[in-house]
Amino acid sequence: MKRSTLILLKTLTWVACLWPVGQLAWGAVTNSLGADPTARIALSTGYTTLMLLTITLAITPVRRLSPGLGWLIKFRRLLGLFAFFYGSVHMVTYVALYAAFDVNAMMADIAKRRFITMGVAAWLLLVPLAATSTNWAIRKLGGKRWNRLHKLIYVAAVCGVIHYWWQVKSGVLAPAPFTVVIAALLLARPVQGWLQRRKVQAVAMDQAS
Amino acid sequence: MLIGKPSDIPSSAITPKEQYLNRRRFLRGAISGAVAAGAAAVGAERLAEVFSPRIGALAGTKLETVKSPLTTTGEELTPEEYITHYNNFYEFGVDKDQPAKNAGALPIRPWTIKVEGKVAKPLTFDIDTLLKLRPLEDRVYRHRCVEAWSMVIPWVGYSLSEFIKQCQPLASAKYVQFLSYYDKRVEKWASESTISWPYSEGLRMDEAMHPLALLTFGLYGEVLPNQDGAPVRIVVPWKYGFKSAKSIVAVRFLDKQPSTTWNDQAPNEYGFYSNVNPEVDHPRWSQKTERRVGLPFYSQRRTTLMFNGYGDQVASLYTGMNLKKNF
Repeated sequence: MKRSTLILLKTLTWVACLWPVGQLAWGAVTNSLGADPTARIALSTGYTTLMLLTITLAITPVRRLSPGLGWLIKFRRLLGLFAFFYGSVHMVTYVALYAAFDVNAMMADIAKRRFITMGVAAWLLLVPLAATSTNWAIRKLGGKRWNRLHKLIYVAAVCGVIHYWWQVKSGVLAPAPFTVVIAALLLARPVQGWLQRRKVQAVAMDQAS
Repeated sequence: MLIGKPSDIPSSAITPKEQYLNRRRFLRGAISGAVAAGAAAVGAERLAEVFSPRIGALAGTKLETVKSPLTTTGEELTPEEYITHYNNFYEFGVDKDQPAKNAGALPIRPWTIKVEGKVAKPLTFDIDTLLKLRPLEDRVYRHRCVEAWSMVIPWVGYSLSEFIKQCQPLASAKYVQFLSYYDKRVEKWASESTISWPYSEGLRMDEAMHPLALLTFGLYGEVLPNQDGAPVRIVVPWKYGFKSAKSIVAVRFLDKQPSTTWNDQAPNEYGFYSNVNPEVDHPRWSQKTERRVGLPFYSQRRTTLMFNGYGDQVASLYTGMNLKKNF
């Protein structure tokens, strides 16, 4: 890929990733966040977090489809960090606008309300991933250990989807699309690995004969 | 738009006020060709207005009202835009902006309420009879949703008890059930959730006879917009909003507690009584506070009041009852 194309695509990614929070900020300043701004901020940041996690998880399986798509890896860290950013804004929304910084209320919520427990767990799982996202951290940890640590994103995504299901009213199917797509992306990994191994075996057998 | 016989024009084909007003705005600025085409459409509508007896029911039509001593004072009204565009009406979609877009499909005329069960004899009331049964009152009520948001709404209606008296319930009638309109061909969004329809709600007889329980036909002095439960709904201001069933087509008097939609769906989350009670949390969130709709995010939060602030009037209905158990 040409350097200029890469810069253009990165710029577009930044704009797209900042768009939802920009909309919220604009809405907050102009007081145009609709009927229930608190709920709007909570829902929008939560939704964007899951969306970005999903796109981040899609990078590897999509990249494996064709050698020409190798450049996608250059976007994974950016997308993952934006997922963490939105997850953090989502957490701050809860802490400030729902719990009003009341530590006792938050502890009670986390102990009593499983959807909050699950949401907090998902966010906590993303913290070490964001913290070790620098090149320095990758070198320091070594590629193998770093890779193993970053498998936590699978757990975080599953926790995020469960959090969504437990948050919506019984009978509401809104989390279904994320559930299906994330499940497919997680399943794609072992399936692609298996296909790859079969191909390697076939090549090896060809060469042997 | 074809100019049909007025009786052939279903009310669902009559342009909602909002679109009508939009068209007016559009007309004003449009070039002459468009004006001519638009004018033809407006003409057809006028014709329908002249000949159709149903037109009086159009959302936005002014209602003649009288003052009520039962109105809530000292609260700032929630803007009409939010009351009409932030709705839970799952038959028209689970997102709050969907009912405003989809409820135009609700056929609000002709409309009747069937009265069945423990009554002297089964009756059917026409909506236009009900509109004239008693003087329509302006009643401002706080509205507290179980989802922890709240509004202040100027409803139009009269006490449900006035209607119930006309139904002549028998002494054996201990509960009253309200059933909402349901037709899956009209409300095709109903399948977005796994709820079993029609929507059913209910009250104990003494709750239903309380003067604050309102048979409701309008808001902000006008006929109810479809998404708010046209043409007739219940409003029970001391209970969570879902107890106030919309678009009522049947009222049943029963000797047993009826099965009700949300209570069936998740009995641990939505009790039959569902009185607003800051002491009983929803399993998934606290009910101690609420978010007032229409305010900026930093000033929405406020304390939730027992019985939504109507305790002086209704607490005596529950004397001796454990409201934590009977939530």
